[in-house]
Amino acid sequence: MKGNEAIAEAAIRCGCDAYFGYPITPQSEILEYLALEDPYNKRSGMVVLQAESEIAAINMVYGAAGCGKKAMTSSSSPGISLKQEGLSYIAAGELPCLVVNVSRGGPGLGSIQPGQADYFQSVKGGGHGDYRLIVLAPNTVQEQYDFVDLGFELAFKYRNPVLILSDGAIGQMMEKVVLTPQKDRSVTLPSWATTGKTPDRERNRIFTLNIETDVQENHNRKLQAKYKVVEENEIRYQEFKTDDAEYIIVAYGISSRICMKTIQLAREKGIKLGMFRPITLWPFPKQKLFELSKNVKGIFAVEHSCGQMVEDVELAVKNNTPVKFYGRSGGVIMTPQEVLLFIESEMNK
Amino acid sequence: METVIEKTNVNVDIEALRKEIIKEENIVFKKTIGLTDNPLSYCPGCGHGVVHRLIGEVCEEMEIIQDVIAIAPVGCSVFAYDFFNLDTQSAAHGRAPAVATGVKRTMPDKYVFTYQGDGDLAAIGTGETIHAANRGENITIIFINNGIYGMTGGQMAPTTLLNMKSSTSPYGREMDVHGYPLNITDMIAPLRGVCYATRQSVHTPANVRKAKAAIKKAFEYQKLKKGLSIVEIMSNCNSGWKMTPVQSNKWMEENMLENFPLGDIKVPQDK
Amino acid sequence: MKNEEILIAGYGGQGVLSMGKILAYAGLMQGKEVCWMPSYGPEMRGGTANVTVIVGDEQVNSPIITEYDTVVILNKPSLDKFEKTVKPGGKLFYDSNGLPYPPSRKDINIYHIPAAQETVKIGNPKIFNMVVLGGLFKKLSAVDANYVEAALKKSLPERAHKLIPLNLEAFYKGADILEVIYEL
Repeated sequence: MKGNEAIAEAAIRCGCDAYFGYPITPQSEILEYLALEDPYNKRSGMVVLQAESEIAAINMVYGAAGCGKKAMTSSSSPGISLKQEGLSYIAAGELPCLVVNVSRGGPGLGSIQPGQADYFQSVKGGGHGDYRLIVLAPNTVQEQYDFVDLGFELAFKYRNPVLILSDGAIGQMMEKVVLTPQKDRSVTLPSWATTGKTPDRERNRIFTLNIETDVQENHNRKLQAKYKVVEENEIRYQEFKTDDAEYIIVAYGISSRICMKTIQLAREKGIKLGMFRPITLWPFPKQKLFELSKNVKGIFAVEHSCGQMVEDVELAVKNNTPVKFYGRSGGVIMTPQEVLLFIESEMNK
Repeated sequence: METVIEKTNVNVDIEALRKEIIKEENIVFKKTIGLTDNPLSYCPGCGHGVVHRLIGEVCEEMEIIQDVIAIAPVGCSVFAYDFFNLDTQSAAHGRAPAVATGVKRTMPDKYVFTYQGDGDLAAIGTGETIHAANRGENITIIFINNGIYGMTGGQMAPTTLLNMKSSTSPYGREMDVHGYPLNITDMIAPLRGVCYATRQSVHTPANVRKAKAAIKKAFEYQKLKKGLSIVEIMSNCNSGWKMTPVQSNKWMEENMLENFPLGDIKVPQDK
Repeated sequence: MKNEEILIAGYGGQGVLSMGKILAYAGLMQGKEVCWMPSYGPEMRGGTANVTVIVGDEQVNSPIITEYDTVVILNKPSLDKFEKTVKPGGKLFYDSNGLPYPPSRKDINIYHIPAAQETVKIGNPKIFNMVVLGGLFKKLSAVDANYVEAALKKSLPERAHKLIPLNLEAFYKGADILEVIYEL
């Protein structure tokens, strides 16, 4: 199953209520797969709609999420930029939803090959105002599948948008996927949702405007308190051969897959190299990385960008050990060998 | 505090007096339960309050309050979610038809309407408006046209008339520079997804009654799943136009209605 | 068994991607770990298409690799670009149709599949890739040829299932016509 198809199939099976999409390479297979499966008529009853723009799609998600429905959208980098306004509103309105970015090389229209240059946009904000997305970064097609259900679980647990930050390589490649049984779509909707005001309750409102500044500040404080709870509870990461490692690579998504091969090649040469893979990019697993960095000679931040995640790595590592950056960008994919060459040259400095 | 002093001075039982006056047989007007008790934030004399009331009354009379989800826009009516006693979502500027699409598609048995001004619907939200209409989304758009951006201080809107002054067309709208007033209801009416398109106004009691009937019709068509219905309501913006309420209604009748003639533009063809 | 890293390269339209897909599905049916990665990067330009398939018993690490155990070459740009990417001791398969010169390395195994010629004989250009695949499978140790039928069922849409016998026939033909050019 292709990475993009895995997302679509996972959406149907996890009981998602609605998907609103717009075509853009390299993620159009998500919308195509859902259109072909026709879950609305043939499977779970999930709504699938091609919107007139990415902007419309994210606002359709806003509407459905405001009704307490499990709603999602997907796009690739330029389209995700268009969704930032909607994401800011969704975060402000504390609506649960899932957004998938199968990212490509940028900026601008960029290239249609894989990229990881949307890291800042994903974890540092993207839209206006003080808000956070919970960001999950899969590195296998199986994780692409699993993180859809996990994403919705976290989204509803915290009433917060969740972003799956994938890339064109994971989206386009095919791997084995263990499918889960079909879940029913939820029939009970959250008490805060706009489902029609019944006489037994006050009206429900989904809104993001607080003209009174102190009200807005209080709302921000509430959001920040929520983000703190997320930071305390939802950090996810993977360690790969770090037990005896003298040097550690930090990489996520497709870069982490490439670096697994780099580590294999390095160990064949007797270099004790390991990898720390953040799975949640926000919240970033900084404490664990801080601990690990105490015992190694150097850390290499490897990503398909001109240096974005490396900033979080440096913040986490503090001054424990030197942090070096290696990156390719614009859609060029690095090879395991070139990463190893870079590491060897740095080691010999 | 003032009232307490009056009460002691007058030395009558106000409560008893109130009971004497407020009797079922004396009531000539009652605020609809479709609206909350929050005081409206609109300028005195503005048409928004009237249209809010009409929508509230229609929901009450049709007994559908529990089945309505309203979408508020950005503009003067941004606080509509505080005035309608309905479940309401507040959309980003121009996006209300997309938000309504998300609501209606996942809650197909509910009545869904957007309440949008001319800046919201006919400028920044043109794309969302046209495509929701073209898909025949089974929703109702209540479109308030006052030819100006009211909330941000009277700037030029797509619907601003030629030669009409606004804070961003201080010498009057010029065709060469700004183009023509956009008549969006007529523009989307021919789309096959649109079942009902009408233009009403609230500048006289007779027009208010007609506008209410149109809103009711739109909701009824929605119940029958006929497609998108749009009720454009011409309204004054006395503050933005820098006139008194009475002057502004007169000015609207004399100037706006020529460009935006009242009446049904499209009604469902029964088969 | 160690994972086998395979590259198939040719022109778009030769069925390169679907050949890789059938290979990957066959591995999947056999219970192997598999990864299928379509051409990504600058080599997509110029109308060439290529696909990497990694199959074996180990968890697949990088889908992006620069050296392969096995390379299938179906046009000249691919020969020029990928002959050198075969690991020493590895295997190279090619169809001489359209190639101005044959592969020249002496540290790898080289096999010729005259698939284009055979396809003309059979009279259906659509089964070209199955002829190639048949030749490849004859020398492939990672996946058993018995799983190809199941793989076809999985990768072809239902309406094309009636074409499976024709595809299998081409597949077995490919195995028959494989020529050993050079073996270590």
